[in-house]
Amino acid sequence: MSSALSAPEIARALIRISHEILEANPDSSKITLLGIPTRGAHLAHRIGVHMREFAGHEIAVGTLDITMHRDDLRMRPPRPIMPTSIPHQGVEGREVILIDDVLFSGRTIRSALDALGEIGRPRRVQLAVLVDRGHRELPIRADFVGKNIPTSITQSVKLHLTEIDSVDEVMLEDQR
Amino acid sequence: MRHLLSIADLSKTEAISILDTAVELARISDGTVKKLPTLRGRTIVNLFAEDSTRTRISFEAAAKRLSADVINFSAKGSSLSKGESLKDTALTLQAMGADAVVIRHGASGAPQRLADSEWMQGSVINAGDGTHEHPSQALLDAFTIRKHLGKGAPDLHGIKVAIVGDVLHSRVARSNVLLLNLLGAKVTLVAPPTLLPVGVDSWPVNISYNFDEVVASVDVVMMLRVQQERMTDLFFPNAREYSRYFGLNADRLSTMSPTSIVMHPGPMNRGLEISADVADSARSVIVEQVANGVSVRMAILYVLLAGQPLEVGGK
Amino acid sequence: MSQRYLLKNAQLPNGALTDVLIVDGVIDSVAVNIATNDAEVFDVTDSVVLPGLVDLHTHLRQPGREDAETVDSGSRAGAKGGFTALSAMANTSPVADNAGVVEQVFRLGQEAGLLDVFPIGAVTRGLAGQELSEIGAMADSIARVRVFSDDGNCVFDPLVMRRALEYVKKFDGVISQHAQEPRLTIGSQMNEGNVSSILGLKGWPAIAEEAIIARDVLLVDHVQSRLHIAHVTTAGGVEIIRWAKARGINVTAEVTPHHLLLTDELARSYDPVFKVNPPLRSEKDVMALREALADGTIDIVATDHAPHTMESKECEWSEASFGMIGLETALSVVQKAMIDTGIMSWEQVADRLSTAPARIAGYEYQGKNLAVGSRANLTVINPKKTWIVDRDLVTSKSRNTPFHGYELPGVITHTFFNGVPTLLNGVINQANGKK
Repeated sequence: MSSALSAPEIARALIRISHEILEANPDSSKITLLGIPTRGAHLAHRIGVHMREFAGHEIAVGTLDITMHRDDLRMRPPRPIMPTSIPHQGVEGREVILIDDVLFSGRTIRSALDALGEIGRPRRVQLAVLVDRGHRELPIRADFVGKNIPTSITQSVKLHLTEIDSVDEVMLEDQR
Repeated sequence: MRHLLSIADLSKTEAISILDTAVELARISDGTVKKLPTLRGRTIVNLFAEDSTRTRISFEAAAKRLSADVINFSAKGSSLSKGESLKDTALTLQAMGADAVVIRHGASGAPQRLADSEWMQGSVINAGDGTHEHPSQALLDAFTIRKHLGKGAPDLHGIKVAIVGDVLHSRVARSNVLLLNLLGAKVTLVAPPTLLPVGVDSWPVNISYNFDEVVASVDVVMMLRVQQERMTDLFFPNAREYSRYFGLNADRLSTMSPTSIVMHPGPMNRGLEISADVADSARSVIVEQVANGVSVRMAILYVLLAGQPLEVGGK
Repeated sequence: MSQRYLLKNAQLPNGALTDVLIVDGVIDSVAVNIATNDAEVFDVTDSVVLPGLVDLHTHLRQPGREDAETVDSGSRAGAKGGFTALSAMANTSPVADNAGVVEQVFRLGQEAGLLDVFPIGAVTRGLAGQELSEIGAMADSIARVRVFSDDGNCVFDPLVMRRALEYVKKFDGVISQHAQEPRLTIGSQMNEGNVSSILGLKGWPAIAEEAIIARDVLLVDHVQSRLHIAHVTTAGGVEIIRWAKARGINVTAEVTPHHLLLTDELARSYDPVFKVNPPLRSEKDVMALREALADGTIDIVATDHAPHTMESKECEWSEASFGMIGLETALSVVQKAMIDTGIMSWEQVADRLSTAPARIAGYEYQGKNLAVGSRANLTVINPKKTWIVDRDLVTSKSRNTPFHGYELPGVITHTFFNGVPTLLNGVINQANGKK
């Protein structure tokens, strides 16, 4: 087990992503951040705080649970459903930024797009992730990436956040 | 968890997790999302050997909102009414590739027979068996109570519930006693002695023959349906007398605490166990129980079916 | 050349070790170290030799339900279980309420040839509880019926019961009553108590049995006849019989093996293999029954062997038939419940399963307790061995045993009927039976 990102590196990456999102979306009032529970939701909240600082106004932040849209439900024990909370502006016609911790196969994001499609029709959907570890199984890419970490398929990438784990770090772990 | 046959099979954690799942599902359903893809490709059979439109529709709506394929197999006009055995029915369902069977049956224990047999492999969900249990009803009742009186707690600790009426023949009462007790509520059964089973003293409940002594001190009054034919079986002298001692009317309602709620699993006999004005009063959550039923049954289907592996070789 | 069998190193019910020599169907001698050179010898070291078991309560289903059991298949199951006499209950189709049916059953028993089959006659015509059946004709038939019962139904009408008790005095007959108050047991499914309250199965109160026992001991006292209470199941019933016997009332009683071992807790499975009439009761009742059997308040063990086809049990509890098979497990269950618990001796077992039932029913050549010169009806059981009950391996035509998968003590190796082995080393020996 080794550390791939330290707490200061994570903090810097989130600030950078916040700037990049604002640059790519000049009308920041149209932005809605949707974090994918559990850790993506915390990241969305942090990014939202930064963006409010930089933009000088509130940024719409919510969560989007994708459990019921997963395509691997039969392969795992049932997971608890996490809250979905869509900011009052909704998603219709908005610039939606999906936020997740680690981009891997892309299946989570596909589920998120399905879940989002049930709620409404954003003008555009973009994706921000803290870590892109490769090994995509679907034609999905991130618009904003904190750090690309090349990994072996047998490794696992774990993000720890102070909100849950009392420390900020990204750990790389060998499975066998 | 593979089957839901009795509340006795649930741990407190499992029960709370079903309720929590139902909360999220209810929120999703309250929004614009009417349908989730979760159980796409799964086949759920509603096997109703006994008429019960409301329970069947509730399960059907729950299954369809999770995108499952639903097959309704009811008593009337089917082979069930022509004396086909439970075994043959089960073998048929197995051949059809049912992933789950929601069964309503007049014989106590029929769902367990189905689950324990080697006749079929899918999940069995008890939708009411004889005078035994009705677990999904108890879960939706607990969901409704928690929503109104739970004050954010995951369980029902300390909430006082009176279950009033024909406990002897009530599967709703049996499931509710088990679940309310599991979740920490305090249950008092109120009934004439004839409508309490021998052996009820072994249940984790208080017992009263006097509704008036109980009604003012509880948070929830749950009325049970009383069937007219109980009268001819000598359980009570007549409907008027039953109603006078054990019915919930406006007078009794007025003595209840202002935050308390009135429940009924339906269908109601207005004028017998509950008066019309009480059933329609602001204190009554009876209509809401029906709405909550769909979310809770979605949660049950999700918990039982979502984690099941695909059969090797497929169907 | 005479037929000679020698059982070496047998333990008698009283514990004595001895040899038993059987010559031409009769117990020739019971002594230590019998020397003979022309007998077939069975070394039965470690085994107990009991007088052949006599069952006072067997459903053989013939005529009418030959798909569940026949006199022949039931006889084989009996021999396998160590029985040398069965009493065929009258609830056949047609009902054994006339000389024709009882003679038919009696002859079928003789044809099977593995044990004595004594028909029991119905008390009332068609078991309907209203008119007396042809009791005299059955008593005078070649079957010489002495025991009458409407088993399956209670002789509920007190006047009918009174007349039946009086009528059988003519030939020292006995009425075996199925004690079940019908109004208190409408639709009943299992013992009424804590378990039934949870399972939502209609309760069968103990009082429904006890009320009839109480009424009938008073009736039989009044008319000075003989009453036998079939399958007693409740502690309260035991108390009434104990009271009646203390008063000198002429009543005898039986208990089934399953009621000595099983309780209503088993109904929690909703598996109808545990559905039986009268129902399995509570632990407290089981303990009272064991005590009563040991102290003689209950006189005998009778199997109430009740075969049913698969379809009668492979269904919902409330749809299923009542009854369990029991001939092949009876002695092992009694050993487990009564001997291995230290409550009873083998001598008492010999009495409760052979001598006493033969005496109650008046079966002349049965229950003779290995007396020299008596017909050689005996059973050899090795109490030190155990076996596992497998419903797929039963001898009965039906497989509704509640003991499937149980490990039971006591392996029956030999049964001799009138001096001829019907069970040899655990295998049915049909040599004497159907040609």
